Amino acid sequence: MTYRVHVRVMPREGLLDPQGQAVEHALSALGFEEAGGVRVGRAIELDVAADSRDQAETRARQMCDKLLANPVTEDYLLEVEENR
Amino acid sequence: MTRVAVVRFPGSNCDFDTLRAAENVGADAYFVWHRDTDLNNADVVILPGGFSYGDYLRAGAIARFSPLMQAVQRHAAGGGPVLGICNGFQILCEAHMLPGALMRNAGLSFVSKPVDVIVERTDTAFTCDYEPNARLRMPVAHGEGRYVAEPETLRMLEAEGQVVLRYVPATERSPFQPNPNGATNHIAGICNPEGNVVGIMPHPERAAERLLGLTGGSGFFTSLVPAYEHSSNSGVQP
Repeated sequence: MTYRVHVRVMPREGLLDPQGQAVEHALSALGFEEAGGVRVGRAIELDVAADSRDQAETRARQMCDKLLANPVTEDYLLEVEENR
Repeated sequence: MTRVAVVRFPGSNCDFDTLRAAENVGADAYFVWHRDTDLNNADVVILPGGFSYGDYLRAGAIARFSPLMQAVQRHAAGGGPVLGICNGFQILCEAHMLPGALMRNAGLSFVSKPVDVIVERTDTAFTCDYEPNARLRMPVAHGEGRYVAEPETLRMLEAEGQVVLRYVPATERSPFQPNPNGATNHIAGICNPEGNVVGIMPHPERAAERLLGLTGGSGFFTSLVPAYEHSSNSGVQP
């Protein structure tokens, strides 16, 4: 069984996110003044072979902790779905 | 003779400058490749600047898994001196050999210019030739040089004197902007609690001989060689 794992890596809350600020300024310059709180992160997708959804999530979490996210500066969110 | 291993990753680009700066002070300097598994009896290891593995994922994140990094970690665990310059500093943080991380510069731009820094630690293998609180001018060249760490880690770094280099205060008159990247506490370089692992953003190898216009970084190399004697034609000054 394989599972599709969607990882969303975001700069940690409270840390300066200059990319998000720059995008927010650009949106404002384009007339989208209603946009605020812009933050820029990274999306990673991968297939994980596992016996169960839980196992896939556990392994994906380890991958995030060890490589895909930097625990000092980033938080991540995982979504796991069964591949058909 | 001090044996200095300069580690080359795919994407390292300050390797030759670093080798030359070490050779200029009389060290026996040589390259080691990231796929190698031992350091060839190195006394000192330097991780030079560059863009290892294209900075993919995060600067330094992939280089950390090189076979050679295992040997570098063993060398450091045994008390051996390790210096990471720029991308080398990023690698040392990603490898958890130094605390904290280096994030995108506050101004978003890649900065490449000389900066002024203060040497706050002069008891490391790389800074023992400097006077305490010496001011040095060295170039920086990085897109991700903004040092950040958890508040607790920062308190520890400051309390234990682990800040090796600090950008001069913003209040000071300097021909260059003092803190080029928004680094927390103006931190330009740190060391581990033992003081044998040092990471710095400025490039001492680009300020190590008269021909380069700046000589402030040469102390990082003369410090490595016991009783280093000036040779009249090297142009190196501590």
